[in-house]
Amino acid sequence: MREDSTLTAYLALMAVFVPFSLVAIGGGPSIFAPMQHESVDVRHWMTGREFIEIFAIARVAPGPGSMLATLIGWKVAGWGGALVATAALFVPSSILCLGVSNVWNRYRGRDWHKALETGLAPIGTGLMFAGVLAIFRMAGAGPLAWCTAIVVAAALTWRPKVHPFALLLLGAVAFNVALLVSP
Amino acid sequence: MPEVIAPEKPAPVPLLTLTRVFFWIGFFSFGGGLSGWIHRQVVHQFHWMEEDDFLSGIALAQVLPGANVTNLCVYVGYRIRGVAGAAVALFSLLAGPTVLCVLVAIAYHRVAQYPILQASVDGVAAAAVGLNMRIGIVGGQRVVRRVAPTVAMIATFLAVGVFQYPLVPVVLIIGPLSVAAVWPRKTADA
Repeated sequence: MREDSTLTAYLALMAVFVPFSLVAIGGGPSIFAPMQHESVDVRHWMTGREFIEIFAIARVAPGPGSMLATLIGWKVAGWGGALVATAALFVPSSILCLGVSNVWNRYRGRDWHKALETGLAPIGTGLMFAGVLAIFRMAGAGPLAWCTAIVVAAALTWRPKVHPFALLLLGAVAFNVALLVSP
Repeated sequence: MPEVIAPEKPAPVPLLTLTRVFFWIGFFSFGGGLSGWIHRQVVHQFHWMEEDDFLSGIALAQVLPGANVTNLCVYVGYRIRGVAGAAVALFSLLAGPTVLCVLVAIAYHRVAQYPILQASVDGVAAAAVGLNMRIGIVGGQRVVRRVAPTVAMIATFLAVGVFQYPLVPVVLIIGPLSVAAVWPRKTADA
């Protein structure tokens, strides 16, 4: 690929993902549909079928679901494209978050800050429980997934020092055993 | 740099430690269970942050645009080591997955036929949800000591989780009410 066309591809990736970064309110899933529209219908970077495929890949690979952008970048311009797209999607929102954290931190110790923190903590907690439901709803999880999650949560409650590695491994083993014993 | 370190202020967390912690969290973050792992390491393992501090960070991270987990990671990194901490945590978290997801994409057609892989990924993802449940349980135990935060927690869960209302309006409505309910009053009440 010639150098200037690579640069053009990088710029196009940035033009798509930087705005998405700043409007992805509520996390990655809120921009999956616009991402598909942009890369399939508008920019013709890939077919709809290819998009579904990289969506599936992003789900089995580690990382936030928004790593979808990394794969789009990779399809468009190889490893360089993957890096550019990842940075374009994650850096702008992170800078915004940094700014907010900075302001948030500056007033630490004030009474009203404590009230904000105490008032927001239960919302964070509620969102955590809601996220558990959402993840399972999305994956169409069966009883095995529920049991695994509950056993893991119970194990951590009982023995907070257990390493998460061990628990994640436990999940993988449980699912493979289920695969073996199922006809 | 001041020579004397106040006794209640421990030595700053080395950036290398931060790198190591967040790299492994990112590397094994199948199915989006990273928040639970971050919580476990940062609050319970290393005691870098207090529980309420972390939980309010979760609320902030989810309301702000961007992936929840990267926002949380920036918030946590910033609390621990300022701007450098945020940058290091974010970079470390994303480095592994960026490379891995492309490698998976390259190998996908060859690998997709092995059911053991899919089962492992599903199993790890389910266990990761368990890690997230644990944050809910810890947060819940603190919250239920007071009425208003309990109501706020349950209302948020019902609205977003069960009824699937959009997150931002829900937080914008419940947030101020929840904060108002715990706002410090002139008359002393413990």
